[in-house]
Amino acid sequence: MNRLLILGGGTAGTIAANRLRKRLDPGLWSITVVDQNDRHLYQPGQLFIPFGIYHARDIVKPRRQFIPDGVEFVIGEIDQVLADEGKCLLTDGRELPYDYLIIATGTSPRPDQTPGMEGTEWRKSVHEFYTFEGAIALEDKLAQWDGGRLAIHVVDMPIKCPVAPLEFTFLADAFFADRGMRDRVEMVYVTPLDGVFTKPVASKYLGAIMEERKVSVENDFAVEQIDPVSKKLISYDEREVDFDLLITIPLNMGADYIERSGLGDDLNYVPVDKRTLQSKAHDNIFAIGDASDIPTSKAGSVAHFSLELFEDNFVNHIHGRPMSREFDGHANCFIESGHGKGLLIDFNYDTEPLAGKYPLPGIGPFNLLRESEANHWGKMMFRWVYWNLLLPGNEMPLEPLMSMAGKELEDLQ
Amino acid sequence: MTTKLLAGQDVEVDAEGFLVDPSQWNEEVARAMAKEEGIDTLTDKHMQVINFMRSEYMAKGTAPNIRSLGKTSGVSVKELYQLFPKGPAKLAAKLGGISKPHGCI
Repeated sequence: MNRLLILGGGTAGTIAANRLRKRLDPGLWSITVVDQNDRHLYQPGQLFIPFGIYHARDIVKPRRQFIPDGVEFVIGEIDQVLADEGKCLLTDGRELPYDYLIIATGTSPRPDQTPGMEGTEWRKSVHEFYTFEGAIALEDKLAQWDGGRLAIHVVDMPIKCPVAPLEFTFLADAFFADRGMRDRVEMVYVTPLDGVFTKPVASKYLGAIMEERKVSVENDFAVEQIDPVSKKLISYDEREVDFDLLITIPLNMGADYIERSGLGDDLNYVPVDKRTLQSKAHDNIFAIGDASDIPTSKAGSVAHFSLELFEDNFVNHIHGRPMSREFDGHANCFIESGHGKGLLIDFNYDTEPLAGKYPLPGIGPFNLLRESEANHWGKMMFRWVYWNLLLPGNEMPLEPLMSMAGKELEDLQ
Repeated sequence: MTTKLLAGQDVEVDAEGFLVDPSQWNEEVARAMAKEEGIDTLTDKHMQVINFMRSEYMAKGTAPNIRSLGKTSGVSVKELYQLFPKGPAKLAAKLGGISKPHGCI
C-alpha cells in the first residue's frame, strides 16, 4: 500500500484530496489528511463579517463534510516532518509515515512579528480581519465606532489575498457613507509598496479609485513598531502615522513546523518548482496553495487552477513519467469596491493584471480592472461555487491556464 | 533599455536605472550610481550589504528582501534604512548591479 499524506485540510488540501482520491486506486493508495481542527472557513467571507454583510454561520462548515469517502481525516497538531525518514510527527506523539507528502498548511497572520501590535490596544483600537476571531471582533468595533482617523495598513508582502486590504478600504468607505458618517472619518492607506498594488497597471486603476474615495496613501512604509500608547505606526525610517482605529494586515508566514523541519525559506514557505509545485529539496514532497513560495498571489483561485494541472502531474510522477503540465501562475480575484460593485483581475507569472473582459473576449460577463455590478454578483455567488463545486474538486467552466484573449494591451505601452 | 556612461564605462540599464547585466558591475560603477542616488560615499558597511546582495543573487537567482536582509546580512533593518534611505532592498540591489527584487502579486 502506498501512503499519501496531505498536511492541511483547507482550500488546497481539500481540493487535492478530492481530486486525487478519484485518480488513485483505493486498493493501492491510502490518503490521509491532517488538520488541527474540524473548522473549514470560507476565508473570502471574512472580509464581509466586519460590515455585517456575512455572519459567522455563513462562512464556517465542518472540514469532514468536504473530505471524501476513502480518505482518512486526522485531527492533530503537526510537530515536525522528518523528510529523510518519510514521516510526520504530531505533538501528541502520533507518527504518520508517508511515501508522498503534500504540504497544504497555508499562511497565517503573525501579529507577534511586529512590536507593539499585540500590546494594550490589541482588539481595542488595533484590529485585523485575517482571522475568524479578528473579523468578529472588528464587526463589534465598527458597529460602535463614531469616527476619527482610520488607518488601513499592510506590514509586508506577500500576504494572503493581496487585494483584501483594498477591498476593506472600499467597503469601509461605503459603510461609513451609508451610515451618514463618512465626513467624520479620515481614511489613510499605509503600504510597504510604492503604489497601492504590486503591479503598475492595476496600481494605476486602483489608485484612481482610492483618490475618488478620498483615501490618502502613505507609500514605502516599512513598519518597525506600533506605539499603542500614542496610537502611532512608526517606520524604520522614522516616519509616523497617527490613528484612532488601525486595521492592520500582520506579517503573513507559513506554519512554524515547516521551519522546525528545515523545509522552508525565511517566511516558512516551501521552495518549489513553480511549474510543477515539487519541492526543490525532496522528490516526494509537494507544496500546494499558499504554503509554497511560487511568485504569484496567495489566493484560492491559484490553488484551484494549479491543482487541475497538479493532479495529472502527480499521477504521472508516481508512474515514473515526466510531469508535463506546467502551471503558469494563473490567478483571478474579484475586488469588491462597495455600493454593489466590484472589479476583477486576471493574471499569471508573466502577465500583470490588465483591463478587459473575462472570460469571453468582448462579452465578459465580467469586467477586468473596471467596476461593474456583474463583478459584485460574481463575488457574491462565489461562496456557493466554493462549497459546492470548488472544494469537491468538480470541473469548472474556466481554463486553468491564463488567456490573453479579452485583455487590453494599451496600458502596457 | 539604454546605454549609460558610468565611471568611464558604458553600461546597459533598464527604465529604472538598474543594470541589465550584473557582470558589467564593479565598485567604481557602484560609487557612480550611489552619487546619483544622493549617497556621496560608499562606506565599508554599504559595501558589506552590496556584496552580500550580490552573492545571494548569484547563488539563488533572486535578491533577498528587506526582512531576510536584516536577518542574514549582519546589518540591522534600522541601519539598512540609514545606509540606503527609502527602500534598502531596492537601492542596495541597484547599487549592486543586480535586477530589481520582484514584488510578488
